[in-house]
Amino acid sequence: MSRQLPIVAVTPFPRAAAGALRDAQLRANLGRATRTIRDKRAAVVAEVPDWDRLRDRAARVKDDVIDRLPELVAQFARAATAAGATVHHAVDAAAANTVVTELVRAQGVDRVVKVKSMATQEIGLNEALAAAGVTAVETDLAELIVQLADDTPSHILVPAIHYNRGQIRELFARRMPGFHADSDDPAVLAGAAREYLRRTFLAARVAICGANFAVAETGSLVVVESEGNGRMCLTLPDTLIAVVGVEKLLPRFADLGDFLRLLPRSSTGERMNPYTSIFTGVTPGDGPRRLHVVLLDNGRRRMAADPVGRAALRCIRCSACLNVCPVYERVGGHAYGSVYPGPIGAILSPQLTGQDAGHNATLPYASTLCGACYDVCPVKIDIPAILVHLRQTGPKPAAERAAMAWLAWTMRDRRRWRAALRTARAGGRPLRVLTRRHGGRLRRAPWPLSAWTAHRDAPLPAAESFRDWWHRTHDS
Amino acid sequence: MRIALFVTCLNDAFFPRVGIATVTVLERLGHTVTFPAGQSCCGQLHANTGYPDPARVLERSTEAAFAGHDVVVSPSGSCVAHLRAHTRLPVHELSELLVDVLAVTDVGARFPHRVTYHPTCHGLRMLRLGDRPRRLLGAVRDLELLDLPEPEQCCGFGGTFALKNAAVSGAMLDDKCAHAVATGADYLAAADSSCLAHIGGGLARRPGAPRPVHYAEILAATGPGTGP
Amino acid sequence: MTPELSALFAARAGDYRAGVHPCTPAELPDLLATLLAGASGVVLPAGTPPEWTARLGRPTLSGDTLTAAQLDAPGLAVLTGCALAVAETGTLVLDGGVAQGRRLLTLVPDHHVCVVRAAQIVADVPDLVIALPDPTRPLTMISGPSATSDIELNRVEGVHGPRRLDIVCLPPHR
Ligand code: SF4
Repeated sequence: MSRQLPIVAVTPFPRAAAGALRDAQLRANLGRATRTIRDKRAAVVAEVPDWDRLRDRAARVKDDVIDRLPELVAQFARAATAAGATVHHAVDAAAANTVVTELVRAQGVDRVVKVKSMATQEIGLNEALAAAGVTAVETDLAELIVQLADDTPSHILVPAIHYNRGQIRELFARRMPGFHADSDDPAVLAGAAREYLRRTFLAARVAICGANFAVAETGSLVVVESEGNGRMCLTLPDTLIAVVGVEKLLPRFADLGDFLRLLPRSSTGERMNPYTSIFTGVTPGDGPRRLHVVLLDNGRRRMAADPVGRAALRCIRCSACLNVCPVYERVGGHAYGSVYPGPIGAILSPQLTGQDAGHNATLPYASTLCGACYDVCPVKIDIPAILVHLRQTGPKPAAERAAMAWLAWTMRDRRRWRAALRTARAGGRPLRVLTRRHGGRLRRAPWPLSAWTAHRDAPLPAAESFRDWWHRTHDS
Repeated sequence: MRIALFVTCLNDAFFPRVGIATVTVLERLGHTVTFPAGQSCCGQLHANTGYPDPARVLERSTEAAFAGHDVVVSPSGSCVAHLRAHTRLPVHELSELLVDVLAVTDVGARFPHRVTYHPTCHGLRMLRLGDRPRRLLGAVRDLELLDLPEPEQCCGFGGTFALKNAAVSGAMLDDKCAHAVATGADYLAAADSSCLAHIGGGLARRPGAPRPVHYAEILAATGPGTGP
Repeated sequence: MTPELSALFAARAGDYRAGVHPCTPAELPDLLATLLAGASGVVLPAGTPPEWTARLGRPTLSGDTLTAAQLDAPGLAVLTGCALAVAETGTLVLDGGVAQGRRLLTLVPDHHVCVVRAAQIVADVPDLVIALPDPTRPLTMISGPSATSDIELNRVEGVHGPRRLDIVCLPPHR
């Protein structure tokens, strides 16, 4: 397959981000949306007195899953098969797309309905189906908006977070058959989507979904949603195909107790999302007659071998880290060049693909390491630590490497360091005189420091270093 | 108490007044400050930019420089966080030393100005300094402490982030500066010279904006100016 | 079980803009008739207690055989019980058991009325996953009416599931 996976950045992050920053409408939409959801989350998390213990427990359960991936995959497959499902294993995106395409073809349909799923986005399933002549209709409202606009999602949970109501009304008027409302009231717009999709649901024979959790003990899949489009897809069509990343496994059914408390509060800021469906194999007379589960690896087992990076596999895709990220808030999801944006995207995309894919090696630098993401993560992924780990193991410019080595060589020896301070001070002397007008700060500097002075003044070395002051005042 | 000062490379070269202020406060409280000369940089910049080997060299040389010292203090939240994660040094951020170890909040300072406080990310989320710096500032005579809007938002510095992602860093800085200006304060205080160099560099381009100051300088002050 | 749990459940379900109606067994038939008065027909799953329909006065349809297209008829409502409910989150849990029927029934019609007995209410989600009689049955957890926040994070009730959810709470037996 020559097509680039939608988890590979084709533009370096700094350039993509600078472009996004120029879109004032985008920044306004994002700022309003992330602020709203941040506040909601904070309020419902504060209600849970043992929140931090819950996070610790959930992290331990997920670490156990990552330790025992092959064993739990096999256990899940046995249980699901016994309950009437057919389980497929896909090592990579191409394999998963092939399996799903063949399953759809076997049903003789050219149209399938889909529930929003990160795994199917990660493998570019819709494009693969299109290449095989099958139209995949996204049924989540936000995904539908993005699909109608020929756009890509910009947020894990609210993929159309970069659209406001006016933009959505205009889009529906252009692209949604039968739409003729002149109001941009969200209720009217949602009502239009309901009418449009209901016909599609009733006619659909094949549905494709993901899963938020997969229980190894029972072979059950869990789909967490709000709108009911998930329930439509899970119950109306005859054939249901679930594409599930292997890291979604939980060992025991009882583990759901903690995870179903953590996920809705972290993601939508609700105590519980409107609908959660849990289903195990097929049930005669209720729901699909055929259930296929495609368990997707696509780089996950390789990730599990990295002792630091593997913690990213704990992720339950709640998107809390996006909503608190000051970088995400300003540039939005597209700048990350992947279906996984924000802090989790910056550690997940380069690990899934390897840092040599496209410009994914620029993603670990898309952070100030401020730590807001780690604070809110329901499974306590130390995202800043993984960002640093990926920087340390990724490719680096030769000049920077040389400068860092020189700096450390100078600083580790007291005589060399003292000499360097004196040189810097001497070099700074004429500048201090020249810049007196700006309070002794530099307004414009040559490259590479021009990146600094483009936005702020630069300080100059002091007339007397601290150690010289100390020597003068304390060492006599 | 004998207290060893880790002044940090940035303060040593660019902001010696922050080190001097730290010494002034501790000596005024009757303690003995030492300055192990073998110190330079904690290695944070190297580690966070992706260079673990040079970082380790500096972590070890810092550890060696402070070997045998029971109490180490530093006026930099981010360096303290780095040393805590990568060395075994008994290192305290200045406000931790004052409030937790020495049990003082009133250090005998006077600073007749309006001040707003930016809790830097390392102080807030890695060291969990909480309200310690604000309590210290609250005890300074004639100081009016003003609330900074959205205080927990990162200023956009992030070490080499400010160079590698200059545009995003600049956008974050703009918002931080706008919030600082909105307070109407004379000074913006923080616990880290690196963030202050970044924020201060931005404030310097805004007429009438607060001036950047390390809170140690305020604690050292006994009159209208900063410092002793 | 306790009156506190019932009260918490009622409050939390009400937070989602579900209609919450505490009532006694004696009041139940009239209350259900009132809630369903506007329905063109009422879908009933197998095992619906006769007293729930005693005063209905609306056409009833057996949930066993209806297709999705039939359930999509304008004005239909569905009346069910539930397997369990969760106080902390105001959640109904259906498992396809008695008086609940297939998952479709509580999805396609635009109005869902659900009867909850106090004895069915557990404290929080972890209690629920342990209390479920059989976790491998098709389970649906319902917390308020269908909703979306996809447009500027404004909550809009009723996208694909029932736009109206009424919950009738019966008190503990003495
Ligand atoms: S990394 Fe943590 S906070 Fe971010 S999406 Fe995953 S689980 Fe949520």
